[in-house]
Amino acid sequence: MRLSTHNLACQRGDRRLFSGLQMDLYAGQLLLVQGGNGRGKTSFLRLLAGLSQPEAGEVRWNGESISRTREAYYQTMVYLAHANGVKDDLTPVENVQIHVGLRGQKRTQAEIEPVLVRMGLAACLDLPARVLSFGQRRRVALAGLLVSGAMLWILDEPLTGLDVRGVAEMETLLREHVQAGGMVVMTTHQPLRLQGVDTVPLQIGPLMQVDDLVSESASAEA
Amino acid sequence: MWRFLITVIRRDLLLAARRKGDWLTSQFFFVMVVSLFPLGIGADPEQLRRVAGGVLWVAALLASLLSLQRLYADDHRDGSLEQMLLSPQPALILALGKATAHWLIFGLPLLVIAPLLGLQFALPPDVIGTLVISLAIGTPILSLLGGVGAALTLGLRGGGTLLTLLILPLYVPALIFGAGAVDGILAGMGAEAQLSLLGAFMGLCLLLAPWVTGAALRVSVD
Amino acid sequence: MNLYHYAAPATFYRMAGRWIPWLSWGAGLLTAMGLYISFFVAPTDFQQGEAYRIIFIHVPAAWMSMFIYLVMAFWCAIGLAFNTRLSYLMARALAPTGALFCFLALWTGALWGKPMWGAWWVGDARLTSQLILLFLYVGIMALWAAIDDPKRGDRAGALLILVGAVNVPIIYFSVKWWNTLHQGSSINLMKAPSMATTMLVGMLVMAIAAWLYTIAVAFVRVRGLILERERHTDWAQEALKEA
Repeated sequence: MRLSTHNLACQRGDRRLFSGLQMDLYAGQLLLVQGGNGRGKTSFLRLLAGLSQPEAGEVRWNGESISRTREAYYQTMVYLAHANGVKDDLTPVENVQIHVGLRGQKRTQAEIEPVLVRMGLAACLDLPARVLSFGQRRRVALAGLLVSGAMLWILDEPLTGLDVRGVAEMETLLREHVQAGGMVVMTTHQPLRLQGVDTVPLQIGPLMQVDDLVSESASAEA
Repeated sequence: MWRFLITVIRRDLLLAARRKGDWLTSQFFFVMVVSLFPLGIGADPEQLRRVAGGVLWVAALLASLLSLQRLYADDHRDGSLEQMLLSPQPALILALGKATAHWLIFGLPLLVIAPLLGLQFALPPDVIGTLVISLAIGTPILSLLGGVGAALTLGLRGGGTLLTLLILPLYVPALIFGAGAVDGILAGMGAEAQLSLLGAFMGLCLLLAPWVTGAALRVSVD
Repeated sequence: MNLYHYAAPATFYRMAGRWIPWLSWGAGLLTAMGLYISFFVAPTDFQQGEAYRIIFIHVPAAWMSMFIYLVMAFWCAIGLAFNTRLSYLMARALAPTGALFCFLALWTGALWGKPMWGAWWVGDARLTSQLILLFLYVGIMALWAAIDDPKRGDRAGALLILVGAVNVPIIYFSVKWWNTLHQGSSINLMKAPSMATTMLVGMLVMAIAAWLYTIAVAFVRVRGLILERERHTDWAQEALKEA
């Protein structure tokens, strides 16, 4: 299992966010995407997920472009971003059921409920997601991710909206997943304790000019 | 593939069942527009009969546009559209499922309402029958072609108005053949020719529209 | 010949710049010639009198409005198939001219309709199709205007144009059908009895002039669009300084 990018370039509007990006990720590794705001972390993750098309280069799954291995790739990958994709009018169970149904899988309520309970949603299994807090809805989305059994997780700021306990649980989930041979690509602005996890850092950002470096170090000093 | 298609359709029906107000609006709009016409042009049965086909069909077009605005917009906002596009199945199946669900929610009830409104226009039973058949063949066209417009205008400022501007001209053949069928029966010339042409146009839309809608969705979330 | 060479924005920008004066002069000369033929050389029609002379503008404009739509659809298909950005710009540059000719055809059609039918507007199949074509043009331009991201705009517009291209013949056919159903055949604009050769020549000259004008205007617009898209590159900055 290998996720890689070949000479990937991304442009948003007028700005070239990055170009010539090379990256390899193997089973049992976590890719931690770093970079300041507006440097293209989200764009990079969307490219990996195949939601947007690269300006140049390609994303490869096991050495083949994901546009050619679409079906196999999407069966192994889940993507979770700022918008959870949780429907307000449906209960958590229904939401998870639909999430996996769209992936062509079928799970019974008995299979889904324990996962929701593990995510700390035992009290709201029958409530419409509308009445849940942002953090709880995020937990519903994470439960969908677990139930789907996907190999590769692409997570854009998965810690947003989670409380201290939630963050700790998320760390456990990530560790378990990666140590069981899974793959994770994620961004976060929060500190994350990932001892024992094979973490690959990746810095995203435009090629900086000398002037930028100077001004940036100047602002850092100030 | 079937599981995916069925999940999409069931999901939309479930959501519609939880939020009845949303789709009832367009049905009421249809009823109101049609009922206002006799007030505008007088109660002469002869005259009403002559315009009935055109009025009902134009009202159906406008009502469909009202409901189409939300076809993808809500899912786009909460991120579930992205999740659906990340399914292993091609976007064309998604578009087909969404159009089918839209027709079940919007088109099917029209077939029930239309005969009642036909009575308001002093239409004889055989003409009402033709009207219902023409709507049965024609309303899927509205769902299919409308999906293209809904996907193209996703998340744009003034998307609803723009959708109207883009899609109404494309509806012209459906309007002409559909209303023509009613007029044909009224004039005693039969409606087979118009209905077959309407059917042919529906077949073409069924073949091409989901494909274009899928492509448009990918463009719009990029 | 390397097509990719000409598809490069910088090359195309310079090439189009060289062509524009020639095309404009050609269009001007041919228009003058065509107008001369249509007003002074072509004989007066014994049925329609002098009023028929408007077809020298009406017919080429109607032709152009449809041709331009087809050309746009062609460029959009190329753009979607090969992801060549220049072809989307061609479509964008052509649309306003297409809409202009569409409007011109409608306007002159109405002007001609008055003496011919005694009304500015009758439900003539050709004119009605023309009106719907104008709606399509307006819709496409409105979509482009509403989308800020140029890449999305290009591709969304292309999809809409292609859907329209498939639909236009069906619309034309359905409108014709509707027309025969509702009022029998009306007087056909093109069926001027025994069209004289000079009339045909006049129309062809006007049509060629319209083509040259279209290409010239499209080139001007494409150059503007290229500069806008490439404004961060070095060559575009130089070109701006020269201008």
